Amino acid sequence: MRITCPWCGERYLSDFTYQGDATVERPSDPDKVSDAEWHDYVYLRDNPKGWHDEVWHHTNGCRKHFKARRNVVTHEIASTAPMSGELTGGDK
Amino acid sequence: MRCLVPDSAVSSPDPIDGGSTVTHYSIFTLARNALDYHENWPEAWRSPDPQPEYDVVIVGGGGHGLATAFYLAKEHGITNVAVIEKGWLGGGNTGRNTTIVRSNYLLEGNAHFYEKAMELWRGMTAELNYNVMFSARGVLNLAHNDAQVDAFQRRGNAMRLNGIDAEWKTVGEIRRMAPLLNFSREARFPIYGGLLQPLAGTARHDAVAWGYARGADSRGVDIIQNCEVTGMKTEQGRIVGVETTKGFIKARKVGVAVAGHTTQLFDMVGLRLPIESHLLQAMVSEPVKPALDTVITSGAAHCYISQSDKGEMVFGGDLDFYNSYAQRGNFPIIEDVVSSACELFPAFTRLRLMRTWGGIMDMSMDGSPIIGKTPIEGLYINGGWCYGGFKATPGSGWVFAHTIAQDRPHKLNECFSLERFETGYVLDEKGAGPFPKAH
Repeated sequence: MRITCPWCGERYLSDFTYQGDATVERPSDPDKVSDAEWHDYVYLRDNPKGWHDEVWHHTNGCRKHFKARRNVVTHEIASTAPMSGELTGGDK
Repeated sequence: MRCLVPDSAVSSPDPIDGGSTVTHYSIFTLARNALDYHENWPEAWRSPDPQPEYDVVIVGGGGHGLATAFYLAKEHGITNVAVIEKGWLGGGNTGRNTTIVRSNYLLEGNAHFYEKAMELWRGMTAELNYNVMFSARGVLNLAHNDAQVDAFQRRGNAMRLNGIDAEWKTVGEIRRMAPLLNFSREARFPIYGGLLQPLAGTARHDAVAWGYARGADSRGVDIIQNCEVTGMKTEQGRIVGVETTKGFIKARKVGVAVAGHTTQLFDMVGLRLPIESHLLQAMVSEPVKPALDTVITSGAAHCYISQSDKGEMVFGGDLDFYNSYAQRGNFPIIEDVVSSACELFPAFTRLRLMRTWGGIMDMSMDGSPIIGKTPIEGLYINGGWCYGGFKATPGSGWVFAHTIAQDRPHKLNECFSLERFETGYVLDEKGAGPFPKAH
């Protein structure tokens, strides 16, 4: 698997660390959410079989976090983007 | 090879139910079949078409699903059962693991559950009248620094308090057990000692699926292969059946034991789970003469090794660390596992790697399995096995059958409830937190 870092370009997988599901959003005010909402945020995941938006870290490179849209069945990567950017491609 | 099976664990074979046409395997049936060149062995189980309705449908024909069906029939008298498998029996993680069987856990809930599984492993060949080649060759966890020595001795003491066999081994003793290990003080992973579970070991993984399939089938369970579940039907919060590629099958109760695809199945009823699917690779070397008669694991080197009866060195290591449903991995982990193995056993640099493969792990948020009821009445979950599912197979089936039959968990799997993530009673053996890839 080769991944294109938005800053450094295409690198081999061993340059990167997987940091999890990018669709998970921390509740903006943890004091105001219910236990059920907090449980949802901490523990529950969609775990789709197909295109998955995720966070990667260029650990052995520029050490920046970024997002990737990757197919978890074929390991194909449709696009990568800075954390504030938009992912494109795939059939998502 | 040492064989430390206590006499009491080897029970006499359970009589196969009356009316069954199943052949009892013995030296005599072997000799009789040798006379016609083994061409007339009867099939070990039937391949029936699904009935329109069952008391219980088990989704997933791996070790866990088949063991569940077997114990539903044997322990609870529930025989109107179907096991539905989208591929072939044991073609998922049952046939993809490194065959290690152990119960060397620190936490109470895990310790008692896995030790129940060990008890069943010891009697399994006799119970199933099927040779699962269980070999109590011991599992040794190597400690490579003082902190690990402390942690392992603490775990060993916890095991002994829970009635599980555990022995501390000094470097000298390990040298006699596995002389090929790298005992140099200059080694990347110097050996400081090790925690041995003498009664742990390995078993023939395929035989476990086949043995349970044959045992379940002989008690009236229908095993339906090449039949994928495409939907689950509920009415007023209750399961009523499953849609399959062979039509709708009505069921009073449905148990799901599908490992890496657990969340896919529960998506069908709108339930999100604390599980991510990850990829784990394993590999074998070319076969060589007997060189290692125990199982060696190293948490620090991320590697576990044993030698199969065919002579191959069987290696495993870490996850690939990213979500995946592909049953194949990438090279960095293969390189990592192989280099760890060669660091531990310098002689293995001469071995050629023969095969590598991958399986999909249902990694839970606390590293422990989920076995129990769900918010949908009559629907039960058996998943979140992370990479420890194989050793649990008999215990998993045994408690899951109890959970389904009685509609409540057995004492041994109360701690594995789905609700524990909401209530805060997580069972985090490694203390890694809610990060599936970290367990």
